[in-house]
Parts: sequence; C-alpha cells; structure tokens
Amino acid sequence: MEKTSNYRLGTWVAEILLIVIGLIFLVPFYFLLVNSIKSFGDILAHSASWPTTFRFENYANAWNKISFPTALGNSLIVTIVSNALLLLISSMAAYQMVRHDTPFNRFLFGLLVAAMVVPFQSIMLPLMEVSNVLSLNNSIPGLILCYLGFGAPLSVFLFHGFIKTVPIEIEQAARVDGSSRYGVFFRIVCPLLLPMFVTVLILNTLWIWNDYLLPSLILNDPELRTIPIATYMLFGQYTKQWDLALPALVLGITPIVVFFLVMQKYIVSGIAAGAVKG
Amino acid sequence: MSQRKSAQLLQQLVFVGPMALFFVLIMVIPFLLGLYYSMTNWDGVSENIRWLGLGNYVHIFRDDPDFRNAFWFTVRFTVCGVILTNLIGFFLAYALTKPLRTRNALRTVFFMPNMIGGLLLGFIWQFIFVRGFSAVGEATGLSFFKLPWLGDGPTAFWGTVIVFVWQYAGYLMVIYISSLNNVPSALIESAQIDGAGRRQILRHIVVPLIMPAVTVCLFLAISWSFKVFELNLALTKGGPFKSTESVALDIYNEAFTNNRLGLGTAKAMIFFVVVAIITSIQVRLTKKKEVEM
Repeated sequence: MEKTSNYRLGTWVAEILLIVIGLIFLVPFYFLLVNSIKSFGDILAHSASWPTTFRFENYANAWNKISFPTALGNSLIVTIVSNALLLLISSMAAYQMVRHDTPFNRFLFGLLVAAMVVPFQSIMLPLMEVSNVLSLNNSIPGLILCYLGFGAPLSVFLFHGFIKTVPIEIEQAARVDGSSRYGVFFRIVCPLLLPMFVTVLILNTLWIWNDYLLPSLILNDPELRTIPIATYMLFGQYTKQWDLALPALVLGITPIVVFFLVMQKYIVSGIAAGAVKG
Repeated sequence: MSQRKSAQLLQQLVFVGPMALFFVLIMVIPFLLGLYYSMTNWDGVSENIRWLGLGNYVHIFRDDPDFRNAFWFTVRFTVCGVILTNLIGFFLAYALTKPLRTRNALRTVFFMPNMIGGLLLGFIWQFIFVRGFSAVGEATGLSFFKLPWLGDGPTAFWGTVIVFVWQYAGYLMVIYISSLNNVPSALIESAQIDGAGRRQILRHIVVPLIMPAVTVCLFLAISWSFKVFELNLALTKGGPFKSTESVALDIYNEAFTNNRLGLGTAKAMIFFVVVAIITSIQVRLTKKKEVEM
C-alpha cells in the first residue's frame, strides 16, 4: 500500500516537472506572438510584457512585404507535386527492385543507399551546372525535378524495406487470375503500401516545405519564391525591423503548424515508422 | 520467349526508369562532376578551367584556417548536439510513456518545433536571444540571461546548441517513445518480482531492448548536426568572427562569396567522406549492442 501512494506522488512530481519543461519549450512562441503585434518601440522597451495596444497592421505590412499569397502558393505547389510524383516513382521502383532481384537492380539499390549519406553541399555546385544545361533554373518544375532526384534514395529505401515484408502469394494469385503486372501493382500492392505512403509523404513534406538552400539556388525570380526564401529576403532587407519580421515569421510558420495539428496522429506514427535502421 | 523478354524489359523501364533517371541526373552526375571540379580552379563563370590535381585538397589541409575552424566548430557542435538531443529526447520519452494526465499535450508541445524549418527557427531565436533573453534577465536578475548571447564566440556556440536541442529533442523523443512502447511489460514485471530496482530495470532491460532506436537516433542526430547550415545562417551568419561557421556554411561561403567553386567542391568532397565514415562507424558500433528478443 505504501508503495502505490509513493508511486502516485512520484507521478505527480514528474507530471508537474514535465509541465514546467513544456512551458519553457513554449516560451519562444510566446515571445514571437506577443511581440508580433506591438509597435517597434514597445518591442524594444517591453519585450516580455503583454501588448498594451494591438497593432494588427504589422501583419498587413508583413503579408504584403513577403507577398504571402504568392509564396504560400509556390510552397504548396512544390510540396504537393514533388510529394505526389515521389510517391509514385519510388514505390514503383522499389516494388520492381524487390520482386525482380536482378544484379542491375541490386547495384542500383546499393547506389541509392550510399547516396543517403551524401550531404547536399557535396553536389550543389555541379548540380547548378547540370540545372543550367537542362534549363531547370528559375522554374518551379525544375525545382520539383531536383526534389525527385534528391528524394529518391530515402523514399525508395523505405518502400523497399516495407515491400519485402508483403507476402507474394496474393500477387501470384492475381497473376494466375490474369491480372497484368501493372494491374497487380496498382490494384493489389498499392493499397497494402498505404501506411508507408503516409510515412514517406510526411518525411518528404517536412523536408521539402522547410528547405531553403535548394530553392534559393534554383529560383531567382521574386514571383517564384517559396516561404523560406521570401522570409530570408525580408530579413536581408529589413535587418532588425522586428515589427515587420516577427509577423512575417508567424505567417511563415502558421501553415505547417496547422498541418501538424490536423495530421498529428499520422505525423507521429509516420516518423516512428520511418525510423528504420540506417 | 523473346516476347516475354521484351515485356520484362518494358516493365523494368516503366517501374524503375523514371526514378533512376531523376536520381542519375540530380545526384550521380553532379557527384561525378564534383569529383572532377574539385581538382580544378573552377570559378563557376570562366570558360577556361585549369586542372590542379590534388592541389585544392593539399591547400585545404595545409593552409586553410577557415576550413579548420569550421571543422572544429562542427565537431564540437556535433558532440554536444548528439549527446544533449539524445539524453533529453530519451528522458522525455521515458517520462511520457508513464501514465501522465497531460501526456498527449506534452508530446505535442515537445514535437512542435520540428515542424518549423531551421531557417525560420533561427530567425525566431535570433529575436529571443537579442530581445527576449535580455528582457528575462532584467525581470529576474539572472546573469545567465544577460550574457551577450549572439555577440560572443562561446555563448553563440551554446546558443546554437540550445536551438538545435530545442528543435530536435522532440523528434528523437517520438522514436524513443515508439521503441519504449514495444518493450514487453511482462519482462519488466517479472524483473520487478525478482526484486530489480527501477534503475536496474532501465539499465539491464529497457536500454538493451531499445538499442535499435538508439542506433537510429544517434545516426539522425549525427547527420543533422554535422550538416547544420540553415540554423547558423539565420542565427549568426557564422559570426562573430566566423566562430559559429559550420563546415556546410564554410563551403557555401567559399563558393558564393569567394567564387572559388573548385575549392568549395573539394571541401564538400572531404565533408562527404567524413560524414560517411563517422556514420558508418557509429551504425556498426551500436548495431553490435543490439540484442535479439
């Protein structure tokens, strides 16, 4: 009996301790939000206090300065199209590589695994040459094509590991019933891959949505800016003008935070499932 | 027979072709070109490219203090970042697998910073360090908050570490939680009956059983912290006096500020080799510690 009450006390202490740590974790968001609606003078003089006047025009200014609708639209197009194509081409490739274990496919898979540790910096400079030759520069489709190349290793790797655990018997039965290989893949294998589709989608979304370096190298046109580039440009131009910068940051993080709160369950389980051995 | 062969070839092309094409165009060809450029004096513009052999590499190892500094920063950063994110991530996961009332809300809180990219995070924290910390310092009188957080080499280093830990501890927490949930409770109960204390159970049962997660989390933390770039760019731009310039940022500056793309590519190749060696050693070492159930 003594033991259980002790345990309960311990749980309470742990709970309170964790809540305090959680609040500390949230402090940056508090500073960001309250200061985003203060006047510049108030930000400098009273950074920690609750705002006395609410200057929502800060948001209007930031909205215009980073051309928020354009940047949001570009980010959405790049993220959605890259994700859709990556899911398609890498699941198909992984399927073929597992079910058709030729020396060539084995070699290609080895190459993909090795490519997973190549840092972006190691290929970014020659990649700019390649993108020049192929006229991928300054175009959204060009940027998407780059994401297909970069995303391929991890995506194929994740699908490959998953497909290996899918029993082949159902597919063989479907083949006997006269289904083509393509029919087997799209009608039978794809539905089975659904959990892995979610995992790959989430990992790639986090990466592509937040990526700064690649789009900054490929896109120059202000009309094509994604959210990270628009934010970076704003900071370069208006250094330390916090009444403009902070609302811009809030606008920049809102879409992905909303995405997280809506999809939370899938994101967390997707990340856990994606944590296969490196 | 040959009809069947050509059908198979077509299937191979349809299934693997598109992925292989993009992968080769975007990763393989640039990597091979990079190997070539790293041995030239390429500046990105001029047509005549001179072959230097291993000249760039010799230059980097012999007389490039910036690269050496950036490398030393990255090593120190990686050691601190990997240890702290994993310890805190594991601690949070261990606590949040207990039946706490606020457990789900807290998991959300700790994971949330991950959704925001390094660049925007860096800018947010720039404000926290410059304005927020000094406001807290004035209110509480704690000298910790009154330090010149981004204005001084050592504090800027720790500032970058703090932001990195804030960002990634929650991600590792998620992986540790899912691994801890797979530890069979029967095993822990029988150890309790045998009289094992909580610490003994943790050390001799829980930790060995979650070693696969440790392998993954160490791997992720090493590659994140070794490749740290956007955080430094947004927080300090590598300053003050290049004290927080990571290798990735040094390569970027070499290429785009100094226009020495050949030299930058050579640095990037060294960077790749180091990342590959360190991560494969780590994976091999921790995999040995994994036990079969």
